[in-house]
Formats: sequence, C-alpha cells, structure tokens
Amino acid sequence: MSSEHLFAHKHILGLDHLSVPDIEHILNTAESFKEISRRSIKKVPVLRGKTVVTLFFEPSTRTRLSFDIAAKRMSADTFSISASTSSTTKGESLADTAKNIEAMMPDIIVMRHPSSGASNYLANRINTSVINAGDGTHEHPSQGLLDLMTVKEHKGKIKGLKVAIIGDISHSRVAHSDIIGFSKMGANVFVSGPATLIPKKISRLGTRICTTIEEAVNNADVVMPLRIQKERQSDPLIPSFREYAAFFGINRQILQVAKPDALIMHPGPINRGVELDPDVADSSQSVILHQVTNGVAIRMALMYLVLGGT
Amino acid sequence: MIRTQAILLKNGRIIDPANRVDKKASLLVEKGKIKAIFTPRQKTPPLPKKLQSIDLQGKWIVPGLIDMHVHLREPGEEYKETIETGTRAAAAGGFTAVACMPNTTPVNDCQSVTRLILEKAENAYARVYPVGAISKGLQGESLAEFGEMKQAGAVAVTDDGKPVTDSQLMRRALEYASSHNVMVISHSEDYSLSRNGAINEGFVSTSMGLKGIPHIAEEIMVYRDLALAEYTGCPLHLAHISTQESINLIRLAKQKGSPVTAETGPHYFSLTEKAVKDYNTNAKMNPPLRTQKDLEAVIEAISDGTIDVIATDHAPHSILEKDLEFDQAANGIIGLETAVPLALALFRKGYINAARLVELLSTNPAKILGVKGGSLEIGSDADIAVIDPEHSFVLHERDIVSKSKNSPFIGVKLQGKALLTICGGRITHNAISD
Repeated sequence: MSSEHLFAHKHILGLDHLSVPDIEHILNTAESFKEISRRSIKKVPVLRGKTVVTLFFEPSTRTRLSFDIAAKRMSADTFSISASTSSTTKGESLADTAKNIEAMMPDIIVMRHPSSGASNYLANRINTSVINAGDGTHEHPSQGLLDLMTVKEHKGKIKGLKVAIIGDISHSRVAHSDIIGFSKMGANVFVSGPATLIPKKISRLGTRICTTIEEAVNNADVVMPLRIQKERQSDPLIPSFREYAAFFGINRQILQVAKPDALIMHPGPINRGVELDPDVADSSQSVILHQVTNGVAIRMALMYLVLGGT
Repeated sequence: MIRTQAILLKNGRIIDPANRVDKKASLLVEKGKIKAIFTPRQKTPPLPKKLQSIDLQGKWIVPGLIDMHVHLREPGEEYKETIETGTRAAAAGGFTAVACMPNTTPVNDCQSVTRLILEKAENAYARVYPVGAISKGLQGESLAEFGEMKQAGAVAVTDDGKPVTDSQLMRRALEYASSHNVMVISHSEDYSLSRNGAINEGFVSTSMGLKGIPHIAEEIMVYRDLALAEYTGCPLHLAHISTQESINLIRLAKQKGSPVTAETGPHYFSLTEKAVKDYNTNAKMNPPLRTQKDLEAVIEAISDGTIDVIATDHAPHSILEKDLEFDQAANGIIGLETAVPLALALFRKGYINAARLVELLSTNPAKILGVKGGSLEIGSDADIAVIDPEHSFVLHERDIVSKSKNSPFIGVKLQGKALLTICGGRITHNAISD
C-alpha cells in the first residue's frame, strides 16, 4: 500500500478502539483489495500458509461466508467451528475453547458471540489475533467499516453527510459500530425509532435522537433501517410488526423528505415489509448488495492488517 | 473451651462511641472480658503475671467490627467459602462478628439449617449470626418459620439475593417478624425492571452493549418497603443502598419517624460504574455500581446519618463463576478484608470522624441486630479490633484470606489495616509482627 500509516492493532474488537487514520487506512486497503474479487482467478498469495478459524456461537450466513471467502481469496486456510448455544451451556468455557483452538496455532480467530465483550475477553486471554464478528449488543466492527466504505464509494466522502439510522438501536451492534464509525469520520448521525428501542444516553456516543423518523430522514444522505424483533427475553418492545411498519417502516413516502439521491442501506437480514418496504429495498437507491460485496474487501483488509500487512 | 490469655493493649486511641469515649488509654483483657481501661495519668490496675503486652502508640482500639451482611456459602457452596474461611477473612478485616445471609443450599429457612450453621460456627474466627429466609426456599410464596429460627439463633430474616416481589407477603413478613422481635432486611429490587441486567443502566451500559439495571429498580422497591414499614409500624432494615433517590426516600421516612435503618457497601462509596471497564467481572454485583452522583449521595448519607451501617455484602465466587463472559458472570464481590481501608478513606477525606466510623461498622449493626458487642463496656466480652489508620499497602491476590479472590480492589493501593482482632478474649488475627 502507498499509505504511510502504521497500523498497530493486533485485534479488531470494535470501532471504538480505532483512530480516524486507522479507519482511513482500512478503507484504503479494502478499496485496493476489491479488484481481486473481480478477477477471473480470485486469489492472491498474501496470506498463504496462514490459518484462519471462524468461531461462531450465533447463527450467521452473510458474515461467516464473507470472512471465509475473504480469507480464501488471500490464500489462507480456513476452518469453521459452530456452536448453536453459548459456551457455558455447552459445558466448555469460552476460555477453554479458545485455548484449545490456539494450541493448534491458528493466526486469526474470527468470533461471533452472544455476550457483549466476549471478543475483549478472548483477546485478553490468548495470543492469536482476534477479529470480532459481532459480540452481543456491543460492536460489529467489520460491518461498520463496510458501511463506511460503501458510503464513501457512492458519495465520495463521509464528512458532513447526514446518516439516519432507524429502528432497534438498543439491541443492534451494527448501529453501535455505525454510530461510532460515522461520527468519528465526521458524518452527522441521527437515530430514530420507538422509544422502547432507543438506549439510555446514546447521544453521548455522538448521535442525535429524533422523536419522529421524518426528522431523522429529513434531508438525509443515508437511510439505514435496522432489523426489528418484536420482543427479546420477555421484554415487550413493540405491539406488532404491522404497527411498526406503519409508523417506523421505511417506504417511498417517508423517503420523499430525504435527499433524492439518498442511499438505502441495511445490515441484513431484511424483514421485508416490516422495517423496509420491498419496493425501496430493490430500488436503484438501494446499495444493500454493494454492502455485501464490500464486506469481503473489508474483511480481506482486516485479516491482512492484523497479521502485519502495511 | 477456647483458651484465652490476658492481654494489655497499651497507649492506643480508644474510640468507643457507645460510651462517648475517644481518648488515649490502655485496655486490659482478662478471662475473655474487658477488665479495665485506664489513661496514662490514671493508676494502673493490678496486672496478671502472665500478660501479653502490646504497645499501640498511634493505633486505634475500637469495638470489634460487625458485618451484618455476608455470604458464607456454607452449607452448599464450600468451594467458594466456608464458615471457617469466611470468618478468618472477617478476623483479618477487623471483624469479630458477621451476620450470614440465608441463600445457601439448602436455604436457611428453618431451625435445623440455622442450628447446622451455628454448630459449624462453634470454632469459627468470629461470632456468626445466621439470618433466616423470609420465604420458604426463597420462593417468595409463603413465610418461613421465623419463631423457630429465632429460637435456634437467627437474628433477622431476609430473602437477600432476591426481592420479595409479592407486596402482601412482605407486609405479612414485617408484621409477623415484629411479633417475634426479628428484624426484616429488604433486598430492594423491582425484578421486572432489573431482569437480565448486568450493570447500571446509562452511558456505560449503552457503550459496552450490556443490559442495564435502572436505578429506579432499586428505588421503587425501597419506596414500597418504606411504605409498608410506615403503614404497619414494624421495623425494617434496607440492605445495600446504592442510589441517590433511595437515599432521599430513606431520609424522608426517617424524618417522618418510621422505624427504618439502612446500610450501604464500601464499593458504593468507593467505585462507580466505570470500574467495569474492559468487562471486569470483579466489578459486577447487584445492585450494580452506580454513577458519581449516586456515590456522592451515598457519602452524604453516611455523614448525615441517613445510612446507619456499612456492611460489605461479602459475596465470594470462584473463577468458575467469575472468569466468564460478562453477562454470564455471577454478581458479587468479597469485602471483609477491604472494608476498613475503604471506610477510613471517608475519614481521611473528612466526611466522617473516627467515632462515626466505629458507629457505622460496629455500634449500629450491634444495635440493629440486637446482638452483643459494639462497645468497649467494662465487663463485657472482649471483642476488639486494633486498627492502624496509616498503614499503606497494595492489595495482592495472594494476601487475600477469603477462599475466593473476587475483589475489584486487587492491585489498588489502600490505606488502613486491621492489625489485631480479639474475639471473646482470643486473638483471631494478628498482623502486628508483619
């Protein structure tokens, strides 16, 4: 890479820990790797002989496949471990699981886990690089970075843009990483949704809370609805998907107040007809599939950088 | 029989608020009792021939400390703590008595369990006062047998660890307990608001992605139990108070003359929610660490008398419960060995004087539980703590006496230490040669 920036992170646990130059460096690196995926022979030897283990304690299609493809395009060997439940109910502690994997000398462990802070826990206990692929309701850094990359690609910049994130902010690690990432990069982040889904003091992360979605979406450059769940752990959050769609769903009508060229993004999987109208999801404004494409490039960049690439 | 010897504690600062004493003097222990207290100007009483004499220039001689809120884990979870190890930790912290919570396995909800605990405690390093359950099996459904437990030696009842969710059951508990002269201790928590929560709800919980426990979960229940105490006229003690608004409610209830008392833990005036940084499970407890504003309100309540007692809520857990993902880890920290230095910090900063410190850690818990101790009355059992208020040290895990090491103060520099603990005339802890 041409950049002079020294990337000194062994682990990627969240956007909270990354500086603006770090983020820029990741985005530039990812941009340069994107071309590899368009080649007829989609493979470069940069991580040849390296071992990447994906350790997923929660179901995932997109993120897991994305990391797997990214690693293989860099010629790393990849191995997957799934656990349908948390480590404690399985009987083996997370620390033991991780130490056993580490004893087999992998270079990177990519982990998704239902507990917030699980990646921090792992990084404090093993020497292998840890990449957080989503921990509880804490962070999902690779998703945050691919969102930044997608916006930068389409808008040419991030600074000064208005980004509206709508829906379940409380339980979304994507929202969390996006709020931190977009704010750090100089965008103005607005969130809205039913008050049951807006966490306490979220504004101190650098976002504005809007009581109506019109206020959030008004003049927005980016509109990102989040996947909605009716209740979590017997906590009633919304009465019905029907009512949610009527008041908080993103549709053509509400988009009239956004900028005409506003980007529609979604971290997936989409509840079509609930938080996002199918019509809008498939419109020319939608960059949802670009996000997925960029995800591979971002994950290539992260694995390359944590192993000392420059 | 425990062998006791005559001990002369020479030239210390004797602080005994129950007798309005704060003076430089010597104290003679003989045959397990406090035999005499005399100043340098007074005539020395006749001293026995075989006498251990200890010079305590600059040290405090206070009534043995009483921790009215500990979890000794026996019976049932002896791998975390036993009555023996827990009372050794108590002695090491200057405590001569502890009241142990009923959430053991089996639950202390009947006289046979109360008796078992007291049998096990016969040779312990501190007096052990069992606290029985309010409800059978801590299930929150029907009253446990307060009368029989009291007869067997229980000093109070509580469902600590859990709230009594049913208001009618709590009302009946207060009424029925008053007939047996048993104190009811409230673990104030609206469980429907706190369920699955890991830390205080606020910016820290939001930024760490952890489910929050709002301060109102405590306050709503504090209010309910204060209302029940006022309505029934029955005495109530509130455990581990952690929030500003709880304190406002208690202050108001006391102004109205309600028969209520309250305790807080040293962690609530020493740490805030920020201590959970980097998902430190040794800073996870229930109620959770709160904000700076709450911490300041707790300190104010300690100085103005709204809070009556400092109790540690000593809650030992092994690494099996603590070396885990944060939301999976158990609530609770150990506290017996750090209470003295943490309380002394309040003294050094000028929030309380020495007499008030002794009231909070000894005189008041004795009064509230109706147990002996809490004073240095001539002729009473020699339950005494000697404290060096100056001694500075860094807390190391290897120095912790408790079987469990779950303390957020490991690695922290503390000032103040129990040098010598005497329980019933027997030396249960001696760090003077250190």
